[in-house]
Amino acid sequence: MKSIRLRVNGQAVERDIPDNTLLIDLLRNGLDLTGTKEGCSVGVCGACTLLLDGQPVSSCLTLAVTADGCEVTTIEGLAEGDRLHPLQKAFIDYGGFQCGICTPGQIMSAKALLDENPHPSKDEIQSWMMGNLCRCTGYYKIIESIQAVADGKVAR
Amino acid sequence: MIAFEYVEPESLGEALALLEQHGEDAKVLAGGTGLVNLMKQRLVQPAYLIGLRQIARVPELAEIRSNGDLTIGALCSHRAIETSALIQQRLPLLATTFQYVASVRIRTAATIGGSLAHADPNQDPPPALLALDARIRVQSRQGAREIELSDFFVDYYETALEPEELITTIIIPPQPTGVGTAFLKFLPQTHDDYATIAVAARISLDGDTIAQARIALGAAAATPLRARAVETALHGQPLTPQVIRDAAALVTEEIDPLADFRGSVEYKRDMAAVFTQRAIEQAVTQAQEARGNG
Repeated sequence: MKSIRLRVNGQAVERDIPDNTLLIDLLRNGLDLTGTKEGCSVGVCGACTLLLDGQPVSSCLTLAVTADGCEVTTIEGLAEGDRLHPLQKAFIDYGGFQCGICTPGQIMSAKALLDENPHPSKDEIQSWMMGNLCRCTGYYKIIESIQAVADGKVAR
Repeated sequence: MIAFEYVEPESLGEALALLEQHGEDAKVLAGGTGLVNLMKQRLVQPAYLIGLRQIARVPELAEIRSNGDLTIGALCSHRAIETSALIQQRLPLLATTFQYVASVRIRTAATIGGSLAHADPNQDPPPALLALDARIRVQSRQGAREIELSDFFVDYYETALEPEELITTIIIPPQPTGVGTAFLKFLPQTHDDYATIAVAARISLDGDTIAQARIALGAAAATPLRARAVETALHGQPLTPQVIRDAAALVTEEIDPLADFRGSVEYKRDMAAVFTQRAIEQAVTQAQEARGNG
């Protein structure tokens, strides 16, 4: 067992966890934050993407002990009360999701992109988002949603 | 997930002491994108997991430096390497090659030292590093040693690294003048997949003669490898299409590919010859352009 302290979506969290706990399991089972989804479990599909100290990571490959002392941001941390984050709003307005299972990961990856590069080109969006798979949309709507935020077309 | 005890040393010395103490019962965790996958599949079952994140800022493990040699700390992420202005300027081949690896998310976590120790023969960086004559500096409590990368890969997921040793730095020596390089990844599936075959080439010219050649391949055998027969067939030869074609054809006998969903053994052999020829041609063109501009 290990004692860890971290901040999840701005809230201080302290837990005693088995050493082999994966970050996604701590979130979903330990903290009831089920917005983060598990898809492939091998770091390929991007469904479990979240931000660890601002960087996008696969939470299915991240040991929770290595998040000790870190800031974790999940999809639950984006909206401010009822006000959706521009990316969340854009995914609704521009049809960026259908079944929704990949959407939290898509939005967290897109947030990491826009935090680093607020005005990416379409090529840069496509290249960055290549690691997030969607089986419904054909990707065009996802790219359009992110482009809309980058172009300032979506207000909070 | 298997059970293990996670330990997190706060200095390089402490990490080396833990490695000496636990030996083959321990594995080192850097970015985790390779090792955690192997542990989830129970292919690797360490009793102790030594996490390196507390020592991720130790200069020799963390920094990219240029002082004659170009040195890359083992804990530099793939993303740090592809976006390093120093590497983009000094070794554009490496910056380009690292961009081919998986996705931004994986490149953010995965480290160069971790990927070399992982020694998956399908990875992209090893052929490029082989073509650049890279060496690896490893350290244990007994001292440090350097290993030529061409001697480092021993077999499928096996390296020359001893259980008590840690990779600290990747060293790339000064490159010959008038050199051209290329990395080609034949990728019939998705962009983030491993290659069917990958070829790196470094060619230096002396007038219309090929002064020196380095050809290395990934996804071509149980380890990344240098295609030495191809290199020998190019050394000192006149720069003609026939010389390049005949030399590239020799690669089919040097590799021993594994069949998978990316291609049969026969297909990979054929594609190795095609992409070796293209990589040589591209490196030659770049060397000629460098000369034209120089």
